[in-house]
Amino acid sequence: MRPILMKGHERPLTFLKYNREGDLLFSCAKDHNPTVWFADNGERLGTYRGHNGAVWCCDVSRDSTRLITGSADQTVKLWNVQNGAQLFTFSFDSPARSVDFSVGDRLAVITTDPFMELSSSIHLKSIARDPSQQIGESLLVLKGPQGRINRAVWGPLNSTIISAGEDAVIRVWDSETGKLLRESDKETGHKTTVTSLAKSADGSHFLTGSLDKSAKLWDIRTLTLIKTYVTERPVNAVAMSPILDHVVLGGGQDASAVTTTDRRAGKFEAKFFEKILQQEIGGVKGHFGPINALAFNPDGKSFASGGEDGYVRLHHFDPDYFNIKI
Amino acid sequence: MADTMVMKEVEATAARIGIDLTQLDLDSIHLPPGENFDIVSDDDEVYDTHNLEFDSGFGNIVVVDNLPVVPREKFEKLEGVVRKIYSQIGVIREDGLWMPVDPDSQKSLGYCFIEYNTPQEAELAREKTNGYKLDRAHIFAVNMFDDFERFMKVPDQWAPPESRPYAPGENLQQWLTDEKARDQFVIRAGTDTEVFWNDARHLKPEPVYKRAYWTESFVQWSPLGTYLATVHRQGAAVWGGATTFNRLMRYAHPQVKLVDFSPGERYLVTYSSHEPSNPRDANRVVINIFDVRTGKVMRDFKGSADEFAIGGTGGVSGVSWPVLRWGGGNEDRYFAKMGKNMISVYETETFALIDKKSLKVENVMEFNWSPTDPIIALFVPELGGGNQPARVSLIQIPSKEELRQKNLFSVSDCKMYWQSSGDYLAVKVDRYTKTKKSTYTGFELFRIKERDIPIEVLELDNKNDKIIAFAWEPKGHRFAVIHGDSPRPDVSFYSMHTAQHTSRVSKLATLKGKQANALFWSPTGRFVILAGLKGFNGQLEFFNVDELETMATAEHFMATDIEWDPTGRYVATAVTSVHEMENGFNIWSFNGKLLYRIPKDHFFQYLWRPRPPSFLSPEKEEEIAKNLKKYSKKYEAEDQDVSLLLSEQDREKRRMLKDEWERWVNEWKRLHEEEKFERQKLRDGEASDEEEEYEAKEVEVEELLDVSEEILIDN
Repeated sequence: MRPILMKGHERPLTFLKYNREGDLLFSCAKDHNPTVWFADNGERLGTYRGHNGAVWCCDVSRDSTRLITGSADQTVKLWNVQNGAQLFTFSFDSPARSVDFSVGDRLAVITTDPFMELSSSIHLKSIARDPSQQIGESLLVLKGPQGRINRAVWGPLNSTIISAGEDAVIRVWDSETGKLLRESDKETGHKTTVTSLAKSADGSHFLTGSLDKSAKLWDIRTLTLIKTYVTERPVNAVAMSPILDHVVLGGGQDASAVTTTDRRAGKFEAKFFEKILQQEIGGVKGHFGPINALAFNPDGKSFASGGEDGYVRLHHFDPDYFNIKI
Repeated sequence: MADTMVMKEVEATAARIGIDLTQLDLDSIHLPPGENFDIVSDDDEVYDTHNLEFDSGFGNIVVVDNLPVVPREKFEKLEGVVRKIYSQIGVIREDGLWMPVDPDSQKSLGYCFIEYNTPQEAELAREKTNGYKLDRAHIFAVNMFDDFERFMKVPDQWAPPESRPYAPGENLQQWLTDEKARDQFVIRAGTDTEVFWNDARHLKPEPVYKRAYWTESFVQWSPLGTYLATVHRQGAAVWGGATTFNRLMRYAHPQVKLVDFSPGERYLVTYSSHEPSNPRDANRVVINIFDVRTGKVMRDFKGSADEFAIGGTGGVSGVSWPVLRWGGGNEDRYFAKMGKNMISVYETETFALIDKKSLKVENVMEFNWSPTDPIIALFVPELGGGNQPARVSLIQIPSKEELRQKNLFSVSDCKMYWQSSGDYLAVKVDRYTKTKKSTYTGFELFRIKERDIPIEVLELDNKNDKIIAFAWEPKGHRFAVIHGDSPRPDVSFYSMHTAQHTSRVSKLATLKGKQANALFWSPTGRFVILAGLKGFNGQLEFFNVDELETMATAEHFMATDIEWDPTGRYVATAVTSVHEMENGFNIWSFNGKLLYRIPKDHFFQYLWRPRPPSFLSPEKEEEIAKNLKKYSKKYEAEDQDVSLLLSEQDREKRRMLKDEWERWVNEWKRLHEEEKFERQKLRDGEASDEEEEYEAKEVEVEELLDVSEEILIDN
């Protein structure tokens, strides 16, 4: 089916997130306004105004009432999804890169970039039911990885934190003590910056995408490498189908190296792979810049991609898609 | 393994004494001669057997003997004279001239040492001034300092050289006996050089040999495929063998840049160009001809780059390679080089000029050997402002007899194309129009094998068309021309025969508006690929010239190189690292079916291993072609077996992967179940953590916005 082109951002997209029901799509971009859309028809519902820098990441609570956004303006904000009101602002001394609610939405993990003399770090915050009770103090701060931490998410039962970033190492931390539990193997792991990390719908495994032109599938408990998907372009974004054994990789030539001659040269397709056989199934073209963000609708019947070109493309799958045999 | 251990030790030592290894220029370290610090060099075998010279650090010093013996007062004067002579040749180092003195008599000893900036200059000085007459009594004897030791060691008694026991060599052509009749190819990507079988049945390449840092710039197969040549700082080497690639021979030639085999692969020509210390001088060129099997230098040519860069294409970039062009088919009998107003033809029996003199040709611009016969075709441009016409002539070697000549008028440029079996020569002639403002193109077609070599003139239907590409059908009588204007030129096919006549050119077909700028004939003829490289982004059209029909059109995006395998069964298209993206290669069947693609970053080279010509007689080949059905049955059966096996293996593999995944998922589910309660607690007791099924219901809501009544009055 023809994709729905959602024009609303003025700058490159950075992150996409569906709510649990799959009726709302939240998008973040380098313009300062996270936006919420109807996931069905791509109609814009509203924006969340208040950030003063690129917004790198967001997450929405299970009941779709709260939105958390992390921005380069060195703040992380909590929003009322329904009316766009700012509920709370966490302030940091360096740009916030990624945010993730825990199971139960009582905790959030936030990563901040290295900035001036500060090294990158992972902050755990408790999220109060009642916004007026919210406090800014961190429960725990984790440090150690070199360079940016591009993504940190919660492990099973909120007992671990999984982080990945510029040093190409994937780490599992104990979320109680802050102890480093596991690190990905140098041999089998990524060779350069890990750009993205997506958990499976059941939380049993996760997929990482890296500039080394591959994506890898890991067991979330043991951090064992399960699969590797090799592609021809740096991977900026990854997503996994919640209903089929498919993974999607998005990326392309670095925006600064994009040729002006032919759009095919940059490989700005979203590539579909069969998850278990690691074989390429097909691709979805359309963006004329690298793909920075990908998200699957929780019903598995549509997905959205966000590009350096500032567009969000909403693809509803054709019936054929569900009968692909390889 | 030992290597890595040594490297580690070195790194540890370097760290201890505070040296950054990455900053260290290893070339700048000179070990004292004869000392190897217990590091066994892999050069040693060569060192032992051939007693090669190794850089002792004195390579740029010459010793000048037979100088006048002078008293102290005249030192300065003599030094001035010597300095004047030798600084003409190259730059003498500061304090690079040293004249030893006899401590008793306080007179000079009649010899001196001169140190140059580069060994090349020193060598040149030796060449030029050995035998220089200062006056009647003083004739210089100049030698390289390095040679001295060797000369001193010459024993007075001649001893017969030891005859080495005969060691049977490997079958260097083992690869031709592959049971599946596959072809090999070599690729270079990153630091690795790899040789593969093209296993088209299994749709993948099968590795044969891999080596990192095998060569310093490129690799090259010999024309019959026996050897693979690599290029190193110290010289070139050839590799080959029955099952793997062993070093068969090395050819010392410092800073070698280019190599070229003779067509029968008996000789290897190596080329290097050296920067002069004086920037005003031209580069110095050294060319060696080695015997491939013995490694002996058969002949060398040295001189300034100007002497070798004569003719059309050389120009600023230096010489046009190959400088030495081999002729006369696979026997390697003759080779020729172009000089100013002459072509020097040498024969390989003595490596001397034929008849001891060069062929004088005023102003010769370009020459080409026939691929099969000792015939040279040469082109001389117009002279004297058009008074003397341009000329193409065919010259027989060794008789130097002119077989045929054709004068051409108002010529701007000329290009010669030999057909691969030497039957025809096409000369593409660009002529000025009357106004001299533009040019148009025609062809002069020579029929070499016919009596008196008849020439036919061919002009295109639209003679103002620009010629973009021209190519003969290998071993055939047809040729293809791309002509017209980019971006959609036409492609025409011509035959040297017509239906009735065998001696008239006829046009077979013209294909209009093709996105092509290069032609690649199959080595067996009949099929041709019309390729749109570079600006056309790698459009490919596989065309059957017998049937005049397109077999397939395809695209290898950004393709830069196209190579047919030597049998004409497969085609490789490659994107080499001239682009940053898309590097890698595709293998196609001759009729344009994509068989497999291999992406490789930093992809530099793709070369099929050539095959020697078939031993079958033409009659036998024809017979096989006639009874092809009989032969092909066997292979078709084999193909089927392989594909069955493949799909079986594939299914098996898939099943295994699925099973493995299933097991993993089940294990996860078990653990997940165990944690169910805890998860509920985290969600404040929300009962089901499994995503409950929900359904999207479509609800139609009708809302009455406004109702109003209006009465329309109809007039």
